[in-house]
Amino acid sequence: MIPPILIELAAQFLVLSLLSIGGANAVIPEIHLRAVETEHWMTDADFAQLFALSQAAPGPNVLIVSLIGWKVAGVLGGIVAMLAMSGPSSLLTYGVAHAWERWRDAPWRIAIQRGLAPVTVGLILASGYILTRTADHTWSAYAISGATLLLSLSTRLHPLLMLGVAAAAGAFGFA
Amino acid sequence: MDASTAAPPATVSTSELFVGFLKIGLSGFGGVMPFARRMIVEQRRWLSELEFLDVLSLSQFLPGPNIVNVSVIIGRRFQGVAGAAAAFAGLLLMPLVVVLALASVYAQFAQFEAVRGACSGVSASASALIAATALKLARPLKTSAWQVVICSIAFVAIALLRVPLLWMLAALCPVSIGIAWWKRA
Repeated sequence: MIPPILIELAAQFLVLSLLSIGGANAVIPEIHLRAVETEHWMTDADFAQLFALSQAAPGPNVLIVSLIGWKVAGVLGGIVAMLAMSGPSSLLTYGVAHAWERWRDAPWRIAIQRGLAPVTVGLILASGYILTRTADHTWSAYAISGATLLLSLSTRLHPLLMLGVAAAAGAFGFA
Repeated sequence: MDASTAAPPATVSTSELFVGFLKIGLSGFGGVMPFARRMIVEQRRWLSELEFLDVLSLSQFLPGPNIVNVSVIIGRRFQGVAGAAAAFAGLLLMPLVVVLALASVYAQFAQFEAVRGACSGVSASASALIAATALKLARPLKTSAWQVVICSIAFVAIALLRVPLLWMLAALCPVSIGIAWWKRA
């Protein structure tokens, strides 16, 4: 007997997998909408913490999905959520890879690519906005976000360095 | 000889795919694509620079986590279904173990003020990194007014109005692709 919560998790992420044009970062607003506002699996603060943990572990940024699953249904939930999020899109990719090579220069292919690009960028921008809003409740947290944004747009500092400084600042109560 | 012009190997075995993507999975924080390119193109020379770009553009165009799509395409290219499965499993196995272990440890120590504070700091910084990534990606769009408009509509619908993703994609993608088709050179 499979626990209903695992089926629920799988159902949510199987759908998201096929909607995640632009990758995992582009569906963060939708994951937030479902996990916090529709399903009430967690609070805004929980979501922000899971996001931070996913950034503190090595690996692809889709890891946030396994942490949502873990929060809802433990380790098994984490595995189910990750497989559901990656499965359908991988099958689609497998099926399409051959055709893509064949129609490399087709005008419709180029139009689809050019048409999807601005949608994807808008989605990732929305992710940054939603995540900042859930993470920042104090002036010092806003200051950390602002400094990170400025530094990553104007310098070539390694992102890990900025995350490290932000973690240290937070540990000493400045966040 | 430049790495990108060296002849790629004729084939890559299933176990090489598994081990290669296992390393990629553990190589980066908050996204591993730059490390994937370095290993696949420069170090192991499985693909040329151009071939990798083509794989990348397909993986971005299709739904799904981009790096997972890259693993499936490259695995398929060398070893079919077995290769795709090996690359997929190699990529996700270790990060999944590490992140779930980290979450369990965090749950034990979450009562400490400093641990929660560090987490808030990372969260504030990492969310800004995603915003910065989006702004960098937006730079090439600036030259075309319609792309700026589409990008803004997507942002407002999802971030401010909280329109469900499916509706937004169903409404906006056909319009955007239609404009791109109409404007094609």
